[in-house]
Amino acid sequence: MKKPRPIIRSIGIAVAIVVVIVVYAYGFTVTDVNFETTREESRIRQLTRILRALVHPDIVEFDQEEFDVEMPIYLPCPAGGVPEYLPDTSQSYMVLTPPCAGPKEFITIEGFNFEPETRGPINFIPPSGATLTIGNFTTDANGHFQIKVELPNRQPLEEAQALRATARRNVGFPHLSPLALTTWDKIVETVFLALLATTFGTILAIPISFIAAKNLMDQVQSPLSSVALSILGWPLGIFIAAMAVGYIHQLSNLVSHTTLLTVTGVVVSPIAIWVIFRWAMPQEKIADPGSLLRIARVLGLSIASILGVMFLFLLSDLSLSAGKVIASALGSFGFLGNFVIQLGDSLRILIPILAALAGGAALGGFAGNLGQTASDQLKSRTVKSINLIATALAGATLFGLIGAVIDWFYQINDLTKTLWIPGGIGAGLGIIFALRAGAKEPLPIGSSIYYVIRTILNAIRSVEPLVMVIVFVVWVGIGPFAGALALGLHTVAALAKLFSEQVESILPGPLEAVQATGANRLQTIIYAVIPQIIPPYISFTMYRWDINVRMSTIIGFAGGGGIGFLLQQNIRLLDYRGASVQMLAIAVVVASMDYISSTLRERFV
Amino acid sequence: MLEIRNLTKIYPGNVLALDNVSFKVNDGEFLAVIGLSGSGKSTLLRCINRLVEPTEGEIIWNGVNIVETSQGELLRIRRKIGMVFQHFNLVTRSKVLTNVLAGRLGYVNPAFSLINRFSAEDIAMAMSQLERVGITDQAHKRADELSGGQQQRVGIARAMVQEPEIILADEPVASLDPVLAHSIMQHLESINKEDGVMILCSLHFLDLVHRYADRAIALNEGVLMFDGAPQDIDDDKFKEIYGKEAERVG
Repeated sequence: MKKPRPIIRSIGIAVAIVVVIVVYAYGFTVTDVNFETTREESRIRQLTRILRALVHPDIVEFDQEEFDVEMPIYLPCPAGGVPEYLPDTSQSYMVLTPPCAGPKEFITIEGFNFEPETRGPINFIPPSGATLTIGNFTTDANGHFQIKVELPNRQPLEEAQALRATARRNVGFPHLSPLALTTWDKIVETVFLALLATTFGTILAIPISFIAAKNLMDQVQSPLSSVALSILGWPLGIFIAAMAVGYIHQLSNLVSHTTLLTVTGVVVSPIAIWVIFRWAMPQEKIADPGSLLRIARVLGLSIASILGVMFLFLLSDLSLSAGKVIASALGSFGFLGNFVIQLGDSLRILIPILAALAGGAALGGFAGNLGQTASDQLKSRTVKSINLIATALAGATLFGLIGAVIDWFYQINDLTKTLWIPGGIGAGLGIIFALRAGAKEPLPIGSSIYYVIRTILNAIRSVEPLVMVIVFVVWVGIGPFAGALALGLHTVAALAKLFSEQVESILPGPLEAVQATGANRLQTIIYAVIPQIIPPYISFTMYRWDINVRMSTIIGFAGGGGIGFLLQQNIRLLDYRGASVQMLAIAVVVASMDYISSTLRERFV
Repeated sequence: MLEIRNLTKIYPGNVLALDNVSFKVNDGEFLAVIGLSGSGKSTLLRCINRLVEPTEGEIIWNGVNIVETSQGELLRIRRKIGMVFQHFNLVTRSKVLTNVLAGRLGYVNPAFSLINRFSAEDIAMAMSQLERVGITDQAHKRADELSGGQQQRVGIARAMVQEPEIILADEPVASLDPVLAHSIMQHLESINKEDGVMILCSLHFLDLVHRYADRAIALNEGVLMFDGAPQDIDDDKFKEIYGKEAERVG
């Protein structure tokens, strides 16, 4: 490359400098940088006020006791002069100058031996006992005050009336203010919100991270027949399982009418499942079982899974009723009962989802195996025709499902547009694909899934929990539950990505060695992958908990519960001493979380 | 008998790793595979248990062509083929015993192995294999606490609990010092002589080949250059295998 001439080079630099200056100048305008306002006296006064309030967190307070100092006053001055009044100078007392005066005249009141740095009202007490506030006093550091007050315009009276100063003083030991107690409640809520979000987010992120790891998914390759049949098997399996779960639920309702039967069911069914399991899955697999035995085993396992679903339903029923008993019996530990109830309830929500997924996986896997076997054993031409039919059907199913989703969102309510046209297009694309792809050629189905999952994760991760919580608030109402859901969802996406990167960086050697022993894919993951990723997983989970605690402190700003709600409220009410307490609490919690998580991380890694 | 016919492997990017290699190995034979680094020794061994998918050719073992078998059949074949690696390839954070038991994964029911449950017989077998290589006392240590020589013994024990009929050893002593190398080779020799396990072992040093191998094959850039008794590798053959500039060491 030819070197530019020095003059051109200099001009270039000058232009660059000018451009930079213009950019920053524009930035100053856009961001409203104005240092004049920072010097204005009123603003400085406000800043000072807020900063002073912030360093006076409203944490502790005293119980206060009011005490009165009284002295007689004559209105107007009596004819025979004012009778001498000698106050007890060892206690709080007042001195009037002049000692008496007429209505609407001014006198000076001096107070001695009051509580230092306190304030209170000065009242005029006529014989009727009414209180007329005529001024407020503030004592100095020595407990002394001096104020000039105007006497009220009253009917002249011969006898003495009273002047009463009411002072407050702190008694007893300082104790936490109500605000500090609420803050404590909310910070506990915050920490647990973060804990739940992290726990459930992590549990979901672990399996997802495996299908989002390139090195594991790249090995997953199937011929087209297997992929197409599997695509057909999945929705069918989900549908069948969902139907089956409905029937099983009805069946379990028959049993769960009486507690005794429920308990029996909960005890007996796992035993039955275990027995069937032992029979259908012997510990040593010696050789290929015969087809009759295989069918019997599949039947046995189906019965076992029906029993399993039944067991889960009964378990959720049992925990619902047990939870109520516990809640009413345990008194202040009633929250344990609520916990059991909520577990039962979440189980009830999860059963259909899990069963549907299991059904889909079972049928999808079975169909996939069928396709694999077909591809392995049949002639190319036969496989090709199977491919044509299966791929057309799979394409139609896939596009029909996408159409259904679009219909649900946009409420088109027109079967031609949402089912027949997309189905036709899908079938057409499927046929084209089947014609172009080699009959037995393995397709990189694993990496396709990998890219889809990664894209979804990245999309979810890019939405801040603070925004997500808005949707959840609409769904489950304002409160920490909405916050936990939002943080949990974000945790799943963020951790799944971090986790999968850890899976991608494991040593390939042990993986190869375990594969060489004849272990299947799942066994390889459990014996070669998981031991390698435990330390980074723990480390990232801790890190995420850290982040979640920090996030949960502000998720309340958007209605997500926790301390943020309180903080926002106090800021809006201009109660900066209150806000200061919450900020302090956040600082303490975040700092200690930081410390705890780094300590734990060091220990595990 | 294991028969390799016209085996060719082309890696993505048109890299030819094995070029039309054919040879036979008899049952109970100790076969050394020699050649320069990058000559295709590792690829050859990994093709036999299909850790690497061959591009072309056949691998016939007990009348079955390994290259053509289905995935399920392949897993059943793999469990009869033990493998020992240059870098041991242990799961370093797992216990030694768990590493050895991993060799049983092809036999046990997946559902039970997922929760790390092995039968008492499997555990006894793992312990007896550890005893055979003389590290019973290390069974409950983590694998990364062991020295290199000990780790390779764990690798051998892992291969042996597979009750293998073939052991593929991919430069098993290349990361060990000469004394340890001999001790590891002696373990392999005893497995070969006492249990009659066929061993395919890639090696760097010719004196090891002379001492332990019944027969040797040599690869150069994926081409089979030699197939015969180790004693027949004379200076001319040596130059042919390792190139003109090479000099004999050891």
